Amino acid sequence: MNNLLSILVWLPIATGLVVLILGEGRLAVARWVALIGSIITFVLSLPLWAGFDGDTAKLQFVERLPWINSLHSDYALGVDGISMPLIVLTAFITIPVIIAAWTVIEKRAAQYFAAFLVLEGLMIGTFAATDALLFYFFWEAMLIPMFLIIGIWGGPRRVYATIKFFLYTFLGSVFMLVALIYMYLKTGDYSIAALHALPLTLNEQIWIFFAFLFAFAVKVPMWPVHTWLPDAHVEAPTGGSVILAAIMQKMGGYGLLRFSLPITPDASRDLDWLVILLSLIAVVYIGFVALVQQDMKKLIAYSSIAHMGFVTLGAFIGYDIVANSGDLRGATMGIDGAMVQMVSHGLISGAMFLCVGVLYDRMHSREISAYGGVVNTMPKFAALMVLFAMANAGLPATSGFVGEFLVILAAFKANFWYALLAATTLIWGAAYTLWMVKRVIFGPVANDQVAALTDLDAREFLILGVLAVAVLLLGIWPAPLLDVMRATTHHLVEQMMASKLP
Amino acid sequence: MNLNPNLLLAIPLAPLIAALVAGLLGKLVGRAGAAAVTIGAVAISCGLSIHVLYELLHGAPTYNETVYTWLVSDSTIMQVGFLVDHLSALMMVVVTFVSLCVHVYTMGYMHDDPGYQRFFSYICLFTFSMLMLVMSNNFMQLFFGWEAVGVVSYLLIGFWYTRPTAIFANMKAFLVNRVGDFGFVLGIAGVLMLTDSLDYADVFAAAPGLADTQLELFSGHQWSALTVICICLFIGAMGKSAQMPLHVWLPDSMEGPTPISALIHAATMVTAGIFMVARMSPLFELSEAALSFVLVIGATTALFMGFLGIVNNDIKRVVAYSTLSQLGYMTVALGASAYSIGIFHLMTHAFFKALLFLAAGAVIIAMHHEQDMRKMGGLWRRMPVTYWTSLIGALALIGTPFFAGFYSKDALIEAVHESRRAGAGYAYWCVLIGVFITALYTFRMIFMTFHGKERLDHHAQEHFHDVGWDMKAPLVALAIPSALIGFYTIAPVLFGGYFGDAIFVLEKNDVVGQLKHEFHGAVAFALHGMTQPPFFLAAGGVLTAWLFFLKFPHWAEAWERKGKAVHTLLTNKYYFDWFNEHVLAALTRGIGRLLWRVGDEGIIDGGLVNGSAWGVEKLSFFARRVQTGYLYTYAFWMIIGLAGFLGWFLLRAS
Amino acid sequence: MITLQHMLVISGALFAVSVAGIFINRKNVILLLMCIELLLLSANFNFIAFSRYLGNIDGQVFVFFILTVAAAESAIGLAILVVLFRERRSIAVEDLSTLKG
Repeated sequence: MNNLLSILVWLPIATGLVVLILGEGRLAVARWVALIGSIITFVLSLPLWAGFDGDTAKLQFVERLPWINSLHSDYALGVDGISMPLIVLTAFITIPVIIAAWTVIEKRAAQYFAAFLVLEGLMIGTFAATDALLFYFFWEAMLIPMFLIIGIWGGPRRVYATIKFFLYTFLGSVFMLVALIYMYLKTGDYSIAALHALPLTLNEQIWIFFAFLFAFAVKVPMWPVHTWLPDAHVEAPTGGSVILAAIMQKMGGYGLLRFSLPITPDASRDLDWLVILLSLIAVVYIGFVALVQQDMKKLIAYSSIAHMGFVTLGAFIGYDIVANSGDLRGATMGIDGAMVQMVSHGLISGAMFLCVGVLYDRMHSREISAYGGVVNTMPKFAALMVLFAMANAGLPATSGFVGEFLVILAAFKANFWYALLAATTLIWGAAYTLWMVKRVIFGPVANDQVAALTDLDAREFLILGVLAVAVLLLGIWPAPLLDVMRATTHHLVEQMMASKLP
Repeated sequence: MNLNPNLLLAIPLAPLIAALVAGLLGKLVGRAGAAAVTIGAVAISCGLSIHVLYELLHGAPTYNETVYTWLVSDSTIMQVGFLVDHLSALMMVVVTFVSLCVHVYTMGYMHDDPGYQRFFSYICLFTFSMLMLVMSNNFMQLFFGWEAVGVVSYLLIGFWYTRPTAIFANMKAFLVNRVGDFGFVLGIAGVLMLTDSLDYADVFAAAPGLADTQLELFSGHQWSALTVICICLFIGAMGKSAQMPLHVWLPDSMEGPTPISALIHAATMVTAGIFMVARMSPLFELSEAALSFVLVIGATTALFMGFLGIVNNDIKRVVAYSTLSQLGYMTVALGASAYSIGIFHLMTHAFFKALLFLAAGAVIIAMHHEQDMRKMGGLWRRMPVTYWTSLIGALALIGTPFFAGFYSKDALIEAVHESRRAGAGYAYWCVLIGVFITALYTFRMIFMTFHGKERLDHHAQEHFHDVGWDMKAPLVALAIPSALIGFYTIAPVLFGGYFGDAIFVLEKNDVVGQLKHEFHGAVAFALHGMTQPPFFLAAGGVLTAWLFFLKFPHWAEAWERKGKAVHTLLTNKYYFDWFNEHVLAALTRGIGRLLWRVGDEGIIDGGLVNGSAWGVEKLSFFARRVQTGYLYTYAFWMIIGLAGFLGWFLLRAS
Repeated sequence: MITLQHMLVISGALFAVSVAGIFINRKNVILLLMCIELLLLSANFNFIAFSRYLGNIDGQVFVFFILTVAAAESAIGLAILVVLFRERRSIAVEDLSTLKG
């Protein structure tokens, strides 16, 4: 199949439209169509992994059709070692989101499923696009379903949250568009490869770097442009939070690796201190903030910010290592760590939000203080939640450890103090996660509502169980993930280190 | 004959599989099934470990192979693999043997507990984690085992999850351990930076060449890289092996069921730090400063934690403080470069301390969950087996000649005496006084529990019943090595070159080598020991305990009144907990709240985000004034604009 | 002799009167419409004046166009006015401020 990527992009969107047409009247059918569509998409994404050649950094599964001729922009898709795992992750995460909403959404359920399917297609498109304008198209289009998801199925303050989410991210991407247009005027071509090859003066690079940084930092999100995330998460329905944390936050990290580092390597080298500083602030500052949260979703949202700090730290740590020792291995390790952290965080944060969703569906509260002693009535759930909490705290043998470990190892090569501050996450991560677990899961039964809780049903157990297996598998044997990325990260590090000054 | 890789693989995997069976299929296999599966698996592990030790003693070469590649990042390869040499084989036997005893004992101890299968699953999982830790051949896997035992310890301390104290203690334990792990992971990162490998063999081979490598921590100040790394690694050991000031979690961990106190918080997990430093001896040997640091921390812990044992009335906590103190002893041995003595003491301690904990557990069960020693007394008639075995444990602990603890402790004190390292003088006095203290609190416990008047309350009187043989058998099984193992193994282990290449000591630091010249067999060593200060101090301690807590109890009360200040200090555990809870934790929460409310909600959200929205709103508030809605205003502005443009046009033209 | 200047002054005066009428009038929309007619008249005046001055007939042709448009415009304007009055029972300019921000 040489148009596999197109199928992966458009199949979920088409399924979404079918679900939309089926509508509320035939909800039972619509649900199954949505589920089967998402499963087929995931199954079709597996050949992407199986057929992927990990020995080359070249784009694979390439497709190219003329799109907007007057702008020299093509409908061009393709994957390399960075985007491929993220596409598979996207296709995977959508399935639990669909299943988790099975009977839970009460109003306009068919539209809910449709929104997620369309969103899935657009997200896969964002990762697969190799044309900057097409990337921008998917990037912005993605906001619409998410805007609707939070705005329609969200909590009481959903309007505030959804507008904040939309304006924040939209403001960021406008700068990116300006940078893209500027470079287009110089190259006359929107293909990302052409942008990679474009020589730029340091001054131009710095402007473009900031434009990209602003766009991607909002999405990651990095401190101090992170405040949309807790609000969006708190108000979003469970599925929205899962997708937001698992995939949309990855867009920022992906953008930094795909655009910032290769397009503006010299500016990145000059300004790497800024990104490192913001990342370390994210780890330490957000660690403190997460500790005192009263709302479970907010706590997990803040912990997401801290974990994504490792992605940005790992991506930019390489310049200092090369300056110290001329050793490219540290830089590669940083980027490897960032990538693994992205995939792992996708699984863990998704699972954590699903766990909160399970509790919320039963008690309609996210307040930590409303719970206590859940283990007494929901032992299966408690076991899984503790597992995910431990993974969130970076326990070895869960995927949460791998990325953090690699980034800390790389950070030490750059500077002892970077590593020291990054490693504090061991303490913060454990503190905020376990304190929440202590207050929610353990202890005597806190109130009558907790006493009346019922344990996971088969549907919930299935999705959490599958995620648990994935989290453990990636922690026990991360080698396959790193193997498919090797050539690509190697190539990326070369691009990072090569000057593009004319 | 080489060691069989499949057998080695079976050693950790058997407990893992059993743990999964007992944990996930607990309902299916039932209570008896879970017990049988886990005990069988640990028995297999134990048998195989003994077999491995036997093979090694009979000439099998050290096994160092990879099991699978965990990940490859560029050319940095991280693997999971086993290094089985004399050091790890000894640890494997200790771990599996104590674990087996504890498994058997658990059948009786947890008999009435609804979480029976879960408990077996946890302790079996713990055995797996601990084996992965000691058998590791690289830092990554060491860290895995390190954290995994921490998690299982977390689960086990909080086993009775409805008790608020238990779930507080387990979180505290995990967090304090995480502070240690924070240092540990930095140490590992440093090792990788210097050697580009996480494999022990590569790292230790590269170590001598790194002795002069400097690290610039502050601009202009050079530090020895190895010292920084070793101190970082040791911070990890301080967390896991509960050295001051990271010791605070261990006494609280007594909230867990007693079998795990014996297994995890006495015999195995807490000694992981000692094992790790011994394993890293090729690195530590190269840093005099780091070893001095180790020495001073260990000595301080050994002495000051001992004092706390004297004032505590909870039988388990007395044993816990004793464990802290003994861990300090082992750390002192490490700091004095006497790694083999540290490991030797670790081994003897594992047996007699596990014994004391299990005996304490038997007393607690017999007393129907009463832990206060003031409500015991005279129990020796009611539970003779427990009494005699704990007496053996106590005698071993205080270092009575010919008992196991004597050999390790006396050799340890001698080694510190020989050491010329900075801080060795302080350490020597600490461990010497520590001997007196150890004897005092140990026999205070024995006398208060087993001798004197019965002080049982009504409830305990009514429900008192001696424990069954499922609990007594492990006591006996542990009492035998507690009494004898020192006598039989001191010559080969300490002075017979048992550890070989597993432990590396520089010529100039080799205190054990110096002791070897004075060593003429185990009997002579014991007889010589009877003329030395530690023996008299121990005897003095027992005598003092007898006088104060058995013969003339009012003396103790008088002392309490006179030394009010000291007593308050000790009962408050030097205010460490107070400091952590009221200063550190409160400060952290305060900073968190400040950053959240002021930083996030105030400045970023309030100032920048909502501030810009507010600014736009204010701006448009003025802008809308222009939009009166009246046609004439619009027309007026149009004319003004037209006039303006025309004027500008004309002026420019002229 | 009536020169171009005279014509332009008249035209300017008409324009000024009508603009002032638009600004100052707050009573009645009909007055507004009348002012607009006046505006167009002043424009027509200019066309004719220049047409004569330049000897070119085009300007006068435009006047016819404008007259037609003006007639149509006032017809539509009055029609709107009638609808408006039915709707709001008032054609006072003061009351017509739905565009207010």
